[in-house]
Amino acid sequence: MPVVRIPTVLRKHTDGAAKIEVSGSDVGEVLRGLVAAHPGLSEQLFDGEKVRGFINVYVDDEDIRYLDGLASPVGADAEIALMPAVAGGAG
Amino acid sequence: MDAAAPVDSFSLDRETWDRLVEHAWSDHPYEVCGLLGRRPDGGFEHYVVPNAERSMTYYVMEPRALLRAMREIEDRGYDLAIYHSHTHTEAYPSQTDIRLAAYPDATYLIVTLQDRDRPDIRAFSILDGEVREKPVVVRDRPMPTPDPVA
Repeated sequence: MPVVRIPTVLRKHTDGAAKIEVSGSDVGEVLRGLVAAHPGLSEQLFDGEKVRGFINVYVDDEDIRYLDGLASPVGADAEIALMPAVAGGAG
Repeated sequence: MDAAAPVDSFSLDRETWDRLVEHAWSDHPYEVCGLLGRRPDGGFEHYVVPNAERSMTYYVMEPRALLRAMREIEDRGYDLAIYHSHTHTEAYPSQTDIRLAAYPDATYLIVTLQDRDRPDIRAFSILDGEVREKPVVVRDRPMPTPDPVA
């Protein structure tokens, strides 16, 4: 089953869990399953149906923006990582 | 401000301080960025992360390099510090920095090259839009000398 890696900053929404197994054959399915099990993550990750722009989602270390977005397929042994973007600047 | 509130300082060894300033100069006038992981011994692991925007006023950490660095910091249990450079403005979080700060437990470091002869590094926590400065304490620590090869 695919595993979702939860960064420290989001673990308050997963009762401290760092890795969570969620079934699904593409990223969207896995993330919807994750949010169903941990509803506190919903607002952190999603803006409606879309992943929030400042949340990076990776499948086996590849950013899904360079794959097929939420339709990116995930294998049974895939690791999906979530990571709030780090950005800023003098503006 | 509550004068009785404890103020955390941020202790940085001279070598790391120098490395951050050197990194800031390396792509001047563009902003650079990276992460530090503070080890239990107080020293730092330094992770240079490319600025995906290569801009003079904006930085976005390249997602794959960010993931690799952040995963190592989390797996090793290091404390997280996030740094970037301001090449033409003071070392204080901009409105952009504050708006995009997503790591409330991290220390945010800003390296400024505004005064070319006097680079500076300041440290902050940014929590729910509120900026609190942590005075940077630079400590000199001699590098351990390697054992002579027999």
